[in-house]
Amino acid sequence: MAAAITEENVQKTVFEALPQFGVDESAIAREATFEDLDVDSLDLAELSQIIEDEYGVALKGDDVGKIKTVGDAIDLVVSRGA
Amino acid sequence: MSRDVVVTGLGAVSPLGVGARTLHERWTAGTVGIVDGRGSAREFVPSEHLTVKEARRADRFTQFAIVAADEALAEAGWRDELPYDPTRIATITGTGIGGIGTLERGKEILIAEGAKKVPPLSVPLMMSNAATAALSMRFGLLGPCHGIVSACSGGADAIGSAKLLIESGHVDAVVTGGSEAAITPLSVAAFGALDALSPSGRSRPFDRDRDGFVLGEGAGILVLEAAETAAARGATPLARLRGYGASADAYHLTAPDKTGGGPSRAMAMALRDAGLTPDDVVYVNAHGTSTKLNDAAETSAIKLALGERARQIPISSTKSSIGHLLGAAGAVEAVATILALRDRIAPPTLGLEHPDEGLDLDYVPGRAKPLAIGDRPPIALSSSFGFGGHNAVLCLEAL
Repeated sequence: MAAAITEENVQKTVFEALPQFGVDESAIAREATFEDLDVDSLDLAELSQIIEDEYGVALKGDDVGKIKTVGDAIDLVVSRGA
Repeated sequence: MSRDVVVTGLGAVSPLGVGARTLHERWTAGTVGIVDGRGSAREFVPSEHLTVKEARRADRFTQFAIVAADEALAEAGWRDELPYDPTRIATITGTGIGGIGTLERGKEILIAEGAKKVPPLSVPLMMSNAATAALSMRFGLLGPCHGIVSACSGGADAIGSAKLLIESGHVDAVVTGGSEAAITPLSVAAFGALDALSPSGRSRPFDRDRDGFVLGEGAGILVLEAAETAAARGATPLARLRGYGASADAYHLTAPDKTGGGPSRAMAMALRDAGLTPDDVVYVNAHGTSTKLNDAAETSAIKLALGERARQIPISSTKSSIGHLLGAAGAVEAVATILALRDRIAPPTLGLEHPDEGLDLDYVPGRAKPLAIGDRPPIALSSSFGFGGHNAVLCLEAL
């Protein structure tokens, strides 16, 4: 059963996933850019898999190339679940 | 254009520990790195050397290569700044199998949880060139960059190929060697099914009771430079890579040609390439796998290639201490050979108690012995042979 796609839930999932990739936990915030966090396309592919597993929504496609911040990614997932 | 090639840095991760000198000192002291029939790199702890991100982005065989390369580049004096235009530095490393641990985990997830759960990092971690790519990225090496795949001669073939790139003038330096991390369920089962692994779990090359090889893991990395450019930058070379010879048996997928013809041609080619004769060789680091077939065929090959000289010099097998590191073996053994030559010592073939019939050379059983060579240059051959009939031999001179 997929979890409810709320901003709060998705944010929690993303914030918990990023440290697994080696991201400094204290630097994680909605405003933080993936570039500053040293999160690249391979990390995003892994994050997408986690999101899809949790919510049934993929973080893939052209839009993913445009996201810059952690908040952008959360908003994209939430919008796709709407 | 042909230029001399020197070795300016060495690095190793092996079942004897982390570090080239650790490998040399422990093997020379007679330490066996094999526990419960496996030559695992037990002292290797990724978090001591790599960040979380670096470790996640690398299969174990790549992790070994990175750590060995860090050591080699530090010794070469490359860590603060590359001494050459980065486009003039190549990265050439070998492996027998590549990221088989990653492959096996991916397949388990595929079966147990389905395609959507297969990790996206699977391909970039398992590919056989992953270690090579990781080294070029870690150090910013912009020259030719590719893997060498020739089973258990991969490490030696990589070093030989690196030599050719420098000699031809394509590049001035190469980060080269080999790495392997194939002590995995599939690999163990598959080598076992071939009856290649030792049921007793003992590596005792050339012994009458030898019953197969012991799987090991690790990496050996060497920094090679053109002698002239190394001298120009004031580097102190450890050794000269004098010769490289290679050949194919064209005989059988796994069994060596019993006559030793293929390996002997590789040894002879390495000596010709070096401009040397058998009389110049003072030590042979044998492939010496501890299989019935290899050790007999290799003994024949050494006799064919070196003639009477074969009976006058010590010959020993690193695999008696660390097992068979497959595509890393040739590189780790080149590292061990260079350090042995520098110390004028022949490390031992451990576990050799009863030489097999017809295996009548000086295999340095049990204990290391000095290389009593006086003023002669310390020159050795290091041999590696692989499934598929690949033979690669390096001729090394300590400086």
